[in-house]
Order: sequence, then structure tokens, then C-alpha cells
Amino acid sequence: MVEIAEVSKEYVTSDGRLRALDRLSLEIRDGEFVSIVGPSGCGKSTLMLITAGLVAPSSGSVRVAGTEVRAPHGDVGIVFQDPTLYEWRRVLENVLLPVDIKRLDRRQFRGRALELLELVGLKGFEGKYPFQLSGGMRQRVALCRALVHDPPLLLMDEPFGALDALSRDQLNLELQTIWQRHRKTVLFITHSITEAVFLSDRVVVMSPRPGRIGAVLTIQLPRPRTFDFAETPEFGAYAKEIRRIFEGWGVLRS
Amino acid sequence: MRPRDYLYPVLTIVAILVAWELAARAGYFARYILPAPSGIAVRFSQMHAFILRESWHTLQETLYGFALSVVIGVPLGMALVSWHAFNRAVYPLLVTSQVVPKVAIAPLFLVWFGFGLMSKVLITFLMAFFPIVISAVVGLQSTEIEKLHVARAAGASKLQLFWLVRLPNALPAIFGGMKVSITLAIVGALVGEFVAAENGVGRLLLSASGNMDTELLFAGIFALIVMGMGLFLLMEVLEKLALPWHISQRPLQESP
Repeated sequence: MVEIAEVSKEYVTSDGRLRALDRLSLEIRDGEFVSIVGPSGCGKSTLMLITAGLVAPSSGSVRVAGTEVRAPHGDVGIVFQDPTLYEWRRVLENVLLPVDIKRLDRRQFRGRALELLELVGLKGFEGKYPFQLSGGMRQRVALCRALVHDPPLLLMDEPFGALDALSRDQLNLELQTIWQRHRKTVLFITHSITEAVFLSDRVVVMSPRPGRIGAVLTIQLPRPRTFDFAETPEFGAYAKEIRRIFEGWGVLRS
Repeated sequence: MRPRDYLYPVLTIVAILVAWELAARAGYFARYILPAPSGIAVRFSQMHAFILRESWHTLQETLYGFALSVVIGVPLGMALVSWHAFNRAVYPLLVTSQVVPKVAIAPLFLVWFGFGLMSKVLITFLMAFFPIVISAVVGLQSTEIEKLHVARAAGASKLQLFWLVRLPNALPAIFGGMKVSITLAIVGALVGEFVAAENGVGRLLLSASGNMDTELLFAGIFALIVMGMGLFLLMEVLEKLALPWHISQRPLQESP
């Protein structure tokens, strides 16, 4: 369970103070998949960094599993838009990074790492260096790295935003499979409305800066969802509703 | 490199040597001004034991000075990056140490450290450590913030961030600095020998010059070229072994 309570974040810049988040509150249940959609610069990435303990809020608090987050707590898996693999590590070693950091036994996690790689279609690539992989493959490795130490919470900041449309759809399907199998709590940040509706139990719509919650939609669609299903009117209704909210703010103009 | 790639440089060198030989034999220049390559080769083989012995001295000074540069330069770069007060205090001194011509410092070092190996090694160090410090600083500072985020989110300590992220990330830059440094190290060793020495290629060059033994002078220069090439290649081999993942090591045609 993630409890984000009245979190604000201000940055001091050369042009004065910049308020990125404004008293934002949100609760995420265990095993729930929550997406945050919002325009660029609405502070959604900041929110994720605060939840990971990488950035301190100006006020308010975040609690993960009942404990207030004051520093990185190690119980999260994190995926950024850029795969941020370590070029000097081979694929398997990249996946095992959290294991090395936590000084766990590599041998014990090797099997799990290989299993995850197989799950995302990278069997046989364990010994490659990141430069030998395509963009989509690298992001798959980053996903495995976030999952290898079996963290209860997965934080993803536009993880598929830099990929081509086909790879993106493919990875959305794979992520859904992984989530259904492992039931992580997921905080997923995106600017794609379709992606948010496709993956989520709930979609949080954030306003332009300073970021506040504009609306929360519960997506009641059966799983597993497919992209054929994304063409249906039920699916479309959710997407439309989110677009309406953005139009209301002038973020989208029709 | 394929055999074909060697063809052009080898042909060029052969052409230059032939032209040189012909010009020298034509008799326009005195032998002490421009000796023929064949004459230099003969002189080299006559004196090879002596040249080897002096080269060995110079090589030792170079390698000790270079090793000292790495051992001191890399940690110094780390300290400059991670310790702000130290950076402010020491950086101007570092720059000063590089602005002062090393030839001007050499006589002082002789007074302080004597005529033996020590003073040469320290002059070499003074010449060679700066590129390593600078490249270490650049390399360590160029770590992407998100690479650090990934490690910190998993609970990495400062020490782990350094060993697992910052240092490997800086290695390509550090190797770049080491390649510059190794060639400067030879210069440093020679500067030391020029100022005062009983041994070394620098000493050999000075005495050959004094005796108008131009063939021996060229033979000494040739020995230095071989030494420089060898050390540079050694760096490249070490780099290849240490950084099989780096962009500089990938074949040109291959794209992911």
C-alpha cells in the first residue's frame, strides 16, 4: 500500500520558485495498477522520484507499506524512459544489478533472472552487451532488472515512451502478463491515454503545473486485455472521458 | 586491421627512406648533417647493446613516472569530484603546476632528489599526471543522473555508487587520459635526463650531439620512437581488454 499525503514540491530556479506538485494525495492498494497521465511538466516524474525516496518532498509525506519514505528504501523496482542499462555489464549482469547492490547471492537469483529474460523473449541474449541490443530489447532488460529482486512496488516513468509504436504495444502486452502473474503494486507514468486505459485498474489524470489530481477513473474492463479490445466502445469511452478532461484545461484543443 | 590496411603506411615509409637514402648518397649534405638511413642502421647495430641499456633506463623512468601518475592521478580526480572544499583549495595549485614549464622545475628537483632515478621519475610524474586527473574528473562527472537513480533506488551506498556506477562509467575517459599521459611520460623522462643524468637515452643523445655523431643521434631517436609506439600500443591493448563494451572498441560497420 502506497499512501501519498498532501505532497508538495517546489524547486528553486533562477527565475524564482517553481511549484511542481501542489498538495497531492493518492492511495494505491497492494497489487493495484495505477497510471498517472498528464501533460509534460506536470510533476508526474517528480512524484515518482519522491515515492522512490530519491527526491524529498517540500511538504507532505509518502508511506510505503506503512513506513514513511525518507530515503531510497530498496523495496522498489524502477524503470525510466531511457533504459539506463550499464554499458559495461552484460545483459544478465544488468538484470542482477539490484542483487549485487543488496549483496544477495547471485547464484540464487540467476535462475529467476533467466526466467524473467525468457518471459520477455530475451532467452539467449544473457551474454550480450547493451550496445548489441535494439531499443525495445534494452527496455525489456530494464524491466527484468526492476523485477529481479521481487520488489512489491514497481515505479515506471514513461517506460515505453521512447519506443516505436509496435514495440510499445508488444511491451504493454508483456507488462500486463507479468503483472497478472506477479501482482506487483504498480505506479505507471505515461502521457499516452490509450496505454493508461489499457494497463490500469485506475487512471489518475493530472492537471498542468502545479500538478494536482484532476480526476480519477476506475477502469472496469476484463483482463487480459488485448489490442482488439482497445477498439471497443467501452474502451473508447474511457479514453474519451480523459480527453474531455484535458480539453477542459485547454491542454488538448479540438 | 587487414593486411591491406598496412600497405599504405608501409609504402609511405619505404618511399621516404629511399628518397632520404638517395639524397644522403648524392653528397649534397655532409654526413654529420644528414647521415643515410643505411649508415644509421649500421651505427645502430654497432651500438645496439649500449642503446638498449640506455633505453632500459629511460623506459624504467617512464614507467615508474607513469605508474605514479595513475596511482596518484585517478584518486586525485576522485577527490576533486567528490570533495568540494578540496577542489577549491587544490585546483589552482594543479593548474599552476602545469603552467610552470617542466624544464624550469627539473634543476630544482635535482637539488632536492639527487641525480639518480628518483628525480627523473618525479619530473616524469609532473609531466604525465595532469591528463589523467582531468580525464578522471570528466569521466566521473559525466555519470547520467538516472543511472545513479537506478542504483540508489535499489539501496546503493555511496561507496557502491562509486564502484558500481561512477568508476566503470569513467573508465573510457581515464583510458583516453592514460594514452596522452604515456607519451608525455617519455618526454618527462628525457627532460630529466637532459638536465643531468649519467644514463638514459637523453644522456646518449647529448653525448652523441657533442661528438657530432649524428648517426648515433638518429639511432637514439629511433629507439625512442620504438619505445613510444610500444607503450602506446600497450595502452590500446589494455584498453581493449578492460573495455570490451565501449563504443571505441566496436567494429565500424556493425550497427545494432
